[in-house]
Amino acid sequence: MQALYAQLLVGLINGSFYALLSLGLAVIFGMLNIINFAHGALYMMGAFVAYFLLNLGGINYWWALIIAPVVVGVFGMILERTMLQWLAGLDHLYGLLLTFGIALIVQGVFQNYFGSSGLPYSIPDQLKGGVNLGFMFLPIYRGWVVIFSLVVCLATWFLIEKTQLGAYLRAATENPTLVRAFGINVPRMITLTYGLGVGLAALAGVLSAPINQVRPLMGADLIIVVFAVVVIGGMGSIMGSIITGFALGVIEGLTKYFYPEASNTVVFVLMVVVLLVKPTGLTGRAA
Amino acid sequence: MAEAKLAEKPVAATGAEVLTVKDLQAWYGESHILHGINFNVKAGEVVTLLGRNGAGKTTTLKSIMGVIGKRSGSIRFDNKEIIRSTSDKIARLGIAFCPEERGIFSSLDVRENLLLPPVVRPGGLPLDQIFTLFPNLKERLTSQGTKLSGGEQQMLAIARILRTGARFLMLDEPTEGLAPVIIQQIGHTIARLKSQGFTILLVEQNFRFASTVADRYYIVEHGKVIDGFANSELSANMDKLHTYLGV
Repeated sequence: MQALYAQLLVGLINGSFYALLSLGLAVIFGMLNIINFAHGALYMMGAFVAYFLLNLGGINYWWALIIAPVVVGVFGMILERTMLQWLAGLDHLYGLLLTFGIALIVQGVFQNYFGSSGLPYSIPDQLKGGVNLGFMFLPIYRGWVVIFSLVVCLATWFLIEKTQLGAYLRAATENPTLVRAFGINVPRMITLTYGLGVGLAALAGVLSAPINQVRPLMGADLIIVVFAVVVIGGMGSIMGSIITGFALGVIEGLTKYFYPEASNTVVFVLMVVVLLVKPTGLTGRAA
Repeated sequence: MAEAKLAEKPVAATGAEVLTVKDLQAWYGESHILHGINFNVKAGEVVTLLGRNGAGKTTTLKSIMGVIGKRSGSIRFDNKEIIRSTSDKIARLGIAFCPEERGIFSSLDVRENLLLPPVVRPGGLPLDQIFTLFPNLKERLTSQGTKLSGGEQQMLAIARILRTGARFLMLDEPTEGLAPVIIQQIGHTIARLKSQGFTILLVEQNFRFASTVADRYYIVEHGKVIDGFANSELSANMDKLHTYLGV
């Protein structure tokens, strides 16, 4: 049983990253109509910013949780202003190719300077150790990642579904021309949305740094699974991408326990099944 | 107080031109739609653009609103040239647009749809006045926007631009596809807005409806304004009108 709980926890942790990343992808896709293949590279940048802050500036984990998403968010907004904005109205393929290229360049630059091996990033003192829950031992940092991710996901959901700013965002996703004709600066909103989406990715990167180490290719490995999560959940829905993210992490964890050989493929098998049965994804709206 | 006075200002046009369109040309991609539109709207007037399908009426409204990419000529609103402005800036000058397809957002409920357009200047209608004009909306505030009937969606589309403080409204075929009783309600609404000092530029296919609300008409054909007359000259122009509109 211990091993089952341990795998469930690993599943929840992975699910946290899937949820944070697929949430950002869903928001970006909604507003910019771009399949952001650079998402994994920006996640990795988040982890590296945390690493630099600690090792070059002595700035701790807690500050990194705020600073890294802002730094990477600004970097993302510069990408949007200088490159992505020119793709508006073109086929998805262009955005996909451009962001894929950006991902390769960013990852290549980091690999050039840091190689492929992991750099250590230690767990902050306040979150070291663990608690015995009776049925299992829970490392505090892992519990923190799950809960904090959940809170951030729900806060993002609230922002988009329940606030006036979110109403602008949802309306602009449907009909940007009309929203702009009401007096809202939609291009600026698009830039900020991209910043928000990649900021979430960077936040996931910081959270992941103490667990998975900091590696140039950490995002490249993860992003493929995240895209499968997005396909399964459906691109259109915020809550859908959160729930699917966590659920698939758990399913992966369970598979590791019951049939480890399939643990790396289960998500893709599910993706194929969903695509065959419901091509718009579980919660997606028809295009 | 100044705003309240303005809102109760009685009917007649003050004579000052709020909108002056000169030699307006517009393109959708490669196709040249407007070939030199000339007309004006004075403060407090209801002006109707008439014309057959595809004549360029909707494109004229969209060009004024700044949502047509390629346009040339001159559009002056409140003595400002807006031909090069983006649509968000134009909206902030006090022009509000109710599109033909209504543009109700399906991912927003009725309340969110109603509150979506930002207030661009003081003097918009308060919510309770809007609910007096459109009592149906008050009952449906939590419904999904697109779950409303066609008539209710049209009311919502008009209601949401009354909040913003814009005093110049452009309504694109507000009666299209609606039942006579609802058309009547929209007619009353337009009359009431006019009596409150709103200036309205209307596009209509329904000439009977237009004749109940309009002060002046312009006839649009092949992307040009080919004629114009006041409502008082209507009976004298009936024969011409039948030829223009093919009714």
